[in-house]
Amino acid sequence: MMRHPQVWVGLVLWSIFSQAQAAWTVNMAPGATEVSNKVFDLHMTIFWICVAIGIVVFGAMFWSMIVHRRSTGQVAAKFHESTTVEILWTIVPFLILVAMAIPATKTLIEIYDSTESDVDIQVTGYQWKWHYKYLGQDVEFFSNMATPAEQIHNQATKGEHYLLEVDQPLVLPVGAKVRFLVTAADVIHSWWVPAFAVKRDAIPGFVNEAWTRVEKPGLYRGQCTELCGKDHGFMPIVVEVKSKADYDTWLAERKAEAGKLKELTSKEWTLEELVARGDKVYHTTCVACHQAEGQGLPPMFPALKGSKIATGPKEGHLNIVFHGKPGTSMAAFGKQLSEVDIAAVVTYERNAWGNNKGDMVTPKDVLALKQAESK
Amino acid sequence: MSTLTDDHAHVADDHAHVDHEHAHGPAKGLMRWVLTTNHKDIGTMYLWFSFAMFLLGGSFAMVIRAELFQPGLQIVQPEFFNQMTTMHGLIMVFGAVMPAFVGLANWMIPLMVGAPDMALPRMNNFSFWLLPAAFLLLISTLFSPGGGPNFGWTFYAPLSTTYAPESVTFFIFAIHLMGISSIMGAINVIATILNLRAPGMTLMKMPLFVWTWLITAFLLIAVMPVLAGCVTMMLMDIHFGTSFFSAAGGGDPVLFQHVFWFFGHPEVYIMILPAFGAVSAIIPAFSRKPLFGYTSMVYATASIAFLSFIVWAHHMFVVGIPLVGELFFMYATLLIAVPTGVKVFNWASTMWQGSLSFETPMLFAVAFVILFTIGGFSGLMLAIAPADFQYHDTYFVVAHFHYVLVPGAIFGIFASAYYWLPKWTGHMYDETLGKLHFWLSFIGMNMAFFPMHFVGLAGMPRRIPDYNLQFADFNMVSSIGAFMFGATQIFFLFIVIKCIRGGEPAPAKPWDGAEGLEWSIPSPAPYHTFTTPPEVK
Repeated sequence: MMRHPQVWVGLVLWSIFSQAQAAWTVNMAPGATEVSNKVFDLHMTIFWICVAIGIVVFGAMFWSMIVHRRSTGQVAAKFHESTTVEILWTIVPFLILVAMAIPATKTLIEIYDSTESDVDIQVTGYQWKWHYKYLGQDVEFFSNMATPAEQIHNQATKGEHYLLEVDQPLVLPVGAKVRFLVTAADVIHSWWVPAFAVKRDAIPGFVNEAWTRVEKPGLYRGQCTELCGKDHGFMPIVVEVKSKADYDTWLAERKAEAGKLKELTSKEWTLEELVARGDKVYHTTCVACHQAEGQGLPPMFPALKGSKIATGPKEGHLNIVFHGKPGTSMAAFGKQLSEVDIAAVVTYERNAWGNNKGDMVTPKDVLALKQAESK
Repeated sequence: MSTLTDDHAHVADDHAHVDHEHAHGPAKGLMRWVLTTNHKDIGTMYLWFSFAMFLLGGSFAMVIRAELFQPGLQIVQPEFFNQMTTMHGLIMVFGAVMPAFVGLANWMIPLMVGAPDMALPRMNNFSFWLLPAAFLLLISTLFSPGGGPNFGWTFYAPLSTTYAPESVTFFIFAIHLMGISSIMGAINVIATILNLRAPGMTLMKMPLFVWTWLITAFLLIAVMPVLAGCVTMMLMDIHFGTSFFSAAGGGDPVLFQHVFWFFGHPEVYIMILPAFGAVSAIIPAFSRKPLFGYTSMVYATASIAFLSFIVWAHHMFVVGIPLVGELFFMYATLLIAVPTGVKVFNWASTMWQGSLSFETPMLFAVAFVILFTIGGFSGLMLAIAPADFQYHDTYFVVAHFHYVLVPGAIFGIFASAYYWLPKWTGHMYDETLGKLHFWLSFIGMNMAFFPMHFVGLAGMPRRIPDYNLQFADFNMVSSIGAFMFGATQIFFLFIVIKCIRGGEPAPAKPWDGAEGLEWSIPSPAPYHTFTTPPEVK
């Protein structure tokens, strides 16, 4: 009875979606690491054990339902207990469970051994993006979702990697043991890449460990899996696994870029340049809460358009962006963005949506604030 | 009353305020319901309240499924979506399932043990009337600035403290009220079962519904205060500057999860044990054969209840608990499969070589056993900690707990309702409509929740308002099934009203295979029953 409507509806849907990629994936994928393959094997073993038990139990029930019906003149038997079978069906399941627990324990011990890593990466969850820091390498960056808002709001065709694409993927070397130190800056997030079978909660104030050794170069996608607020569904993870040589080249390029960013701080900026850069920063970092036209989502996320802070003294404006507002979702961006980007976004907010203040905060102002803080 | 006074002086003292006329009926008008201390009235109010909450919580689920019908954001925005998932969970757990079982307990426990009423009738009235107040408070938050609770029904800190909307304080107070109501209800159940059993009804002669409720009541008393402590710590963190759940002040967000799940895991058994009891009455009745392994059923229930206290961290396999902790909680969780298996095997053996017929209560009861077992299988899979790293917080988990709660708890409640409706109303329900209700629910429910296993294994996280295109097809199937299941429940309302208003008169014992004291009194059950305790041999 239950199968037929599903098949029927399935066929209708199949015809609807035949032009799109019809994906009726019903199972987990084995993944790209030794551990993920072992996890997949555990998953299939326990699945088949369940299927076997199900066939026996449901088989007996369906046999009763078909054969032992009153309508066929069946007279009920009188038996109602048997210590022997009770003992039997306590011990047999217990032994099956012990058999299952042994390989699970072995795999778990392996998963927990994060020693002797080749690369260490600190992964920090923010509302709603990931930050990656290559420990000891002076390379760090944020990874934001790259899917345009038009696709989410059905004003543009959705791409193949809809909601699973980022501006800057995490880059890993193939074959190396990579250790992740997972933490969070605000609420709890969870970093999950199914192909690695790595899922670890990112908890503010605590550091969790996980590791992987990816055997094939390629792009691997995942998502945040712990409800972390409004845009929990919009903070994907993309990992690009490169050959050792390509990885080294990439790392060197990133280090050079970090140097260039420092030079940008000392450059003399014009108002137009800062507003143009701030526009981009705003639309990746601030737009989720304060919205495209600066109207916000009051009362949780206040408007910036015509707000007291964005049209008041620039020191106060810079201060709140830099330090955040404790007890609210407003994070301290002083630790998240470069001096240039903070200056640019503050300047942008003071000159957009009719907040025509005409003044600017320069990267040097931000640097001065930073240095004053560290004294 | 006079006989009772002679035999059970202590009971009569409790009931001294009750009129001493023998055949007095209910009071007239609205005040009957406001002031009633009658277990049948209170049971009825619990059942109607829970059904109203079931429809409300269900309508929130419809909003969720409508948004997930297609990829993209079309109906609601993410912040409202999160309020819907949160309120759906809270209302279904605390508003629909728990009060429905308390309603069944109120109606049936006195009838099953041969007691004139619950042991503490005025407290009974108070525990019910706290619920409408609590839920009014909770639902009102949806209209408050900043919206209602949006942090999931598990309300993990700090999302539910530092980052919560202001209405969280109302949520905390509502949870406190629900907890007080549950604790009082549980005390009442224990007092009734331990003190008011008819002469001759020893503990091991009690119907299993009474046994499972006795154990459930102890679980409630053990864990509801833990939940109260949990939300009180939240309140302190939000308003009084403490840092129980904030690392910045020396606290720990993971502490929240330990405390919450120490409540939360026994809670899932609170929602299923009474259903085990009801099904253990219904399957023998329609198999016309005594329940197989009564004694082992009692011990299995007690073992499940005990184990439910030492498995809570299996909800937290990915928070970074140490290896030894993971192993302990994995092994303990696997162990629960043993007593649960015993119960399923006993039900199947009860049916074996019976003389089966499939009236609506039996259809729901058999579907309960099969589909709950499927939920048990996915639970077994989730218990394997390394595999849980892949399943955790995906739709596989959503599929799992809906399989144990919808065809588990909810089908158990439907089976009970159809089984005892003749006793409650004095009429037989319409069997054809009842069967239609079953089949539509069965198909809709499987269509809604089975594909969730698939999208979960394929990698779709839970609690997201939008998803990648690869999950689109199964999500649409799920939504269609959910709409079907939801609409069918309005049909159930129609069946019940039809049964109350009329229908074939029900005899005292409408089911030829049924056992128990409740069938020894007329249908509908008189307003006062067992004022003289029956003799149990």
